[in-house]
Amino acid sequence: MSLFDDKFSRRGVLKTGLVGAAAATAPFHFVRGASAADYLNMPKGKSVTFGFNVPQTGAYADEGADELRAYKLAVQHINGEGDGGMLNTFSSKALKGDGVNGKKVEFVTGDTQTKSDAARASAKRMIEKDGAIMITGGSSSGVAIAVQGLCQEAGVIFMAGLTHSNDTTGKDKKANGFRHFFNTEMTGAALAPVLKNNFGTDRTAYHLTADYTWGWSQEGSIKKYTEKLGWKTAAAVRTPLGAGDFSQYITPVLNSGADVLVLNHYGKDMVNSLTQAVQFGLRDKQVNGKDFAIVVPLYSRLMAQGAGKNVQGIYGSTGWHWSLTDEGSKAFVKSFGKAYGFPPSQAAHTCYVQALLYADACQRAGSFAPCDVLKALEGFKFDGMGNGPTEYRAEDHQCFKDVLVVKGKENPTSKFDVLEVVEVTPRAQVEYPADLLGGELGSCNNGA
Amino acid sequence: MSQKLEKIKSPLDMEPLTIEVHDVEASHRAKTARNDLILMVVFSAVVLGGPWILAPFGADYPDLLQRFCIFGIFAIGFNIMFGLTGYLSFGHAAFLGVGSYAAVWSFKLLTMNAVPAVIFGVLCAGLFSAAIGYISLRRAGIYFSILTLAFAQMSYNLAYSVLTPITNGETGLQLELSDSRMLDAAMGIERTSSLPVTNLFGMKMSGYEGFYFCAIILIIAFYISLRIFRSPFGMMLRGIKTNQNRMAYTGINTRPYLLTAFVISGMYAGLAGSLMAVTDPLAGAERMQWTASGEVVLMTILGGAGTLIGPVIGAGVIKYFENIFSAFNEDTLHAAYSFLPEGLADFMTTISHPFVGEGWHLTLGVLFMMIVIFLPGGLMEGAQRIANLFSGAGKKSKAESSATDTQPAE
Amino acid sequence: MDAILLQILNGLDKGAAYALIALGLTLIFGTLGVVNFAHGALFMLGAFCAVTVGKLLKYETVKLDPTQTTPWGSPAEIRTPIVEEWFGDFGALMIDYSVPFSILFAIPIMLLLGVLMERGLIRFFYKRPHADQILVTFGLAIVVQEIIKSQFGANPIPQAAPALLAGSADLGAVLGFDPGTVVYPYWRIIYLLFSALIIGIVFAFLQFTTYGMVVRAGMADRETVGLLGINIQKRFTVVFGMAAVVAGLAGVMYTPILPPDYHMGMDFLVLSFVVVVVGGMGSLPGAVAAGFLLGILQSFASMNEVKNILPGIDQIIIYLIAVVILLVRPRGLMGRKGVMES
Repeated sequence: MSLFDDKFSRRGVLKTGLVGAAAATAPFHFVRGASAADYLNMPKGKSVTFGFNVPQTGAYADEGADELRAYKLAVQHINGEGDGGMLNTFSSKALKGDGVNGKKVEFVTGDTQTKSDAARASAKRMIEKDGAIMITGGSSSGVAIAVQGLCQEAGVIFMAGLTHSNDTTGKDKKANGFRHFFNTEMTGAALAPVLKNNFGTDRTAYHLTADYTWGWSQEGSIKKYTEKLGWKTAAAVRTPLGAGDFSQYITPVLNSGADVLVLNHYGKDMVNSLTQAVQFGLRDKQVNGKDFAIVVPLYSRLMAQGAGKNVQGIYGSTGWHWSLTDEGSKAFVKSFGKAYGFPPSQAAHTCYVQALLYADACQRAGSFAPCDVLKALEGFKFDGMGNGPTEYRAEDHQCFKDVLVVKGKENPTSKFDVLEVVEVTPRAQVEYPADLLGGELGSCNNGA
Repeated sequence: MSQKLEKIKSPLDMEPLTIEVHDVEASHRAKTARNDLILMVVFSAVVLGGPWILAPFGADYPDLLQRFCIFGIFAIGFNIMFGLTGYLSFGHAAFLGVGSYAAVWSFKLLTMNAVPAVIFGVLCAGLFSAAIGYISLRRAGIYFSILTLAFAQMSYNLAYSVLTPITNGETGLQLELSDSRMLDAAMGIERTSSLPVTNLFGMKMSGYEGFYFCAIILIIAFYISLRIFRSPFGMMLRGIKTNQNRMAYTGINTRPYLLTAFVISGMYAGLAGSLMAVTDPLAGAERMQWTASGEVVLMTILGGAGTLIGPVIGAGVIKYFENIFSAFNEDTLHAAYSFLPEGLADFMTTISHPFVGEGWHLTLGVLFMMIVIFLPGGLMEGAQRIANLFSGAGKKSKAESSATDTQPAE
Repeated sequence: MDAILLQILNGLDKGAAYALIALGLTLIFGTLGVVNFAHGALFMLGAFCAVTVGKLLKYETVKLDPTQTTPWGSPAEIRTPIVEEWFGDFGALMIDYSVPFSILFAIPIMLLLGVLMERGLIRFFYKRPHADQILVTFGLAIVVQEIIKSQFGANPIPQAAPALLAGSADLGAVLGFDPGTVVYPYWRIIYLLFSALIIGIVFAFLQFTTYGMVVRAGMADRETVGLLGINIQKRFTVVFGMAAVVAGLAGVMYTPILPPDYHMGMDFLVLSFVVVVVGGMGSLPGAVAAGFLLGILQSFASMNEVKNILPGIDQIIIYLIAVVILLVRPRGLMGRKGVMES
């Protein structure tokens, strides 16, 4: 079924409109027949258009700006400009630096505002007006799932940006959607051994959880894996999104008997709750003869900068970090740093990789048709992109790769140097069966 | 009005004069009716011709065209409450959200047909606004505004968190393959491996088809609003705005009128919300946030509160900025200035860059300030002034230009 | 018991922030009759005064170290704050105390901004409908916000409290509880005391000075005061400046609790309007009382014991209280008749 037709159809519609109610009862198929393309937005000229849908206003604007920087870099590299970045270390050598399938890559941008409605509106604009062949980007799971659903209906590929909820490739997974970033399940699996090594097995955790789907997903995963270690859960308290002042949720932790505080918050919530928890002395507290510990399951280096010194010594997980020393990461950090003067964030990394992976898949498929690209991406194994040997699992379109466990650095050497990598949890340890998270992919949609 | 005039004047034995008054009234009414007819025809033509008229502005794609119509309906409805009675509701987005949720639930449970979804959405929003209006209208002025705001914020906060089973929280309520769709199943529409699309008896409701569906509803909604403006009910509402106390002294209980207006305007919001779901079957909680309520206030004031067309124009301007200005980046800017000499093009790009793309909010803020400073009656006052310029400054017959009469909000 | 005591402290602290913002807002409304949607922006600007002072103090000389390179290929940098170079340990102390230090800067800057805003924009809107005032001040708030965003980015910028005050006080030992059960951060206690001081100053100014008396008279009956030959206009300008200073100081002092970002004003805007209206439009004591009331009730509603009975209550408590109060008391806690009712 098609959602978006060529502009020609508007005349057809008007005619039908004049026929009026009689036509309304008849099936409306002939308009679709009029379109000549094999798939939606098939590139006809010498170029192909990618759609970069990132938050440019609102709380995640800086993250969005970093994503956009990475996309611009990726486009340069695909088109053969600049130093080639990760293309030099990428295990697939299909891309030659002359665009994709002989077409130069161009791009359009949109503002998601970190709102589902606005994100879908700007994605639709890029598909309907600018003829984008794919949509990528975003900095929250709600937006990613909303845009992924849209792309499925419209018939373009969606390469998710930063989205960490299980649902993106679980309950709400879609055939046309692909995610390179990791999820809360993998965070739990990667963090648990490190927590055990550092804090032992006799611990009581207190959760503060952002009261929306991602928060619940994160809370569930951490509970699941820490309770397997033998930890107890004292309480799991839901906090309103954007609460600002978390003091009323932090003081009950003081005398709860818990000796670990898990902050299932992201972005501004994380910055505020962590800053305030440290102010209340939780980082230096002693409970049951043990040092109190704070854990932030999902770290964002950009946001951690907002918490300043408060992150020091606090454990968490992250998708990627610029201090990694594998060839792929080094090449990316170098070309990003050269272009912009500072190191890239994990959001930038995942977006950059997604853009390259998509371009590579098109090149290997020899087509931009979503169903062909999908076949090229499903089960695709690659290396040299900063997270070790990686696979796009065919069953749920989720990438499986190493996960980083990090800690707030005690003696930062620059303002970008806030996290240090404690452990690289190998991929085997974070893998889970494809049917664990439910959902169904459905069938791929070419649009036209 | 003429009826009343007659009654008052006749005891004074001034029959000829009364007849004259009556005649003037009648001719005035005829003139208004003629103007209204012209207005309706022009309005319909502009709306239906939207795809061609807006092409030079880069706004001729279905999604934005649909949005123009939907938010036009939203603003028209808001204006019935705010423009006529002066009661400023700061929680109208809640009704839009309820309309959306109701419509999506109709798709999930009943059928993918748009008609039940729209009816269901409007009804739910109507009921919800009746409940909120009944309580909020016990207070006036800013106290009324804060009451409506409080209800809307409560709806938003709960929809985002505790009510997730009904609203699907942050992710938003979406269609699923496993939805029951009882009516569709009863009618023997078979399930496919991909999600079904919304339709109007078989005609799909996205793309240009969806736009024309919204456009026709916008025209109907506009016509209803026009009738309300011209009706005795509308006069009553204006009376409330001008002086509620005096209305009360004449023995009129104003609250039923206010509540009716509030519910009508809530139903308009529900209609807009359900149309959003019809053209794009997803309902998110952020539709109910105070910023969304604020947006429709801004649309109405920007266009000209109390005018018929103003709110629609205001809605169009804000949505245009949100969707088109936000999309400009350095490259597109440079391309736009490419007709200029190289150096000048670079300069112009640098100058205008802060106002587009990620800076589109800045442009919007500046626009709000400029309009309210220089055109207190909103964009419609601007149109009025231009019209006056052409028709000669001496002939300022405000009463005649009923189509575009500007009445700044109070 | 200790849990309740802690929640009362939290509520007072929260209430202090609400009350300070609402105080300025209601001052402007009561005297000038203007609904100022840019008030949140003033709060945010105050916070960014602290950010700017912090940045200036930390302004660094950069020497390149050619022997080492960063992973992205440029030479490593050795950065030393200039104040430390100039003043040594005293410089380091100034950096440490940058938040309290920035109060000295925030007062004149906010006063100036307030006066400029009133003279340049607000005064043209005294006689305009409230809807117009909302639109113009909202537009101004967006513009201010976007300018800050373009200068400082969208991410929060941490502002540390002085090292001496960064920890928390063990109030339990003082109040007769077990040690360690009632601990409260020094900075939050300071914020509470600071707010009380500011509120006290504003009230004393309006209550005990002739200037304040005229302003109060103006609030009650503007026309008559004007007829008496007093230049009420000039005084109102000063009042606007004062309100801006109060909002700004609330922002400065809040930075160690809430790392400031460009959007924080909008986050507080709706809340502060609710506080003002619950207190009663144009009533200063009402705004302060409502601020503390809502702060404390919000804290209690967030307790697990309450949330277990009423899930999600902490999400809506503020609005629920607002509805109840406005239904029981038509003009809020201490509102005057006829203000903003039409």
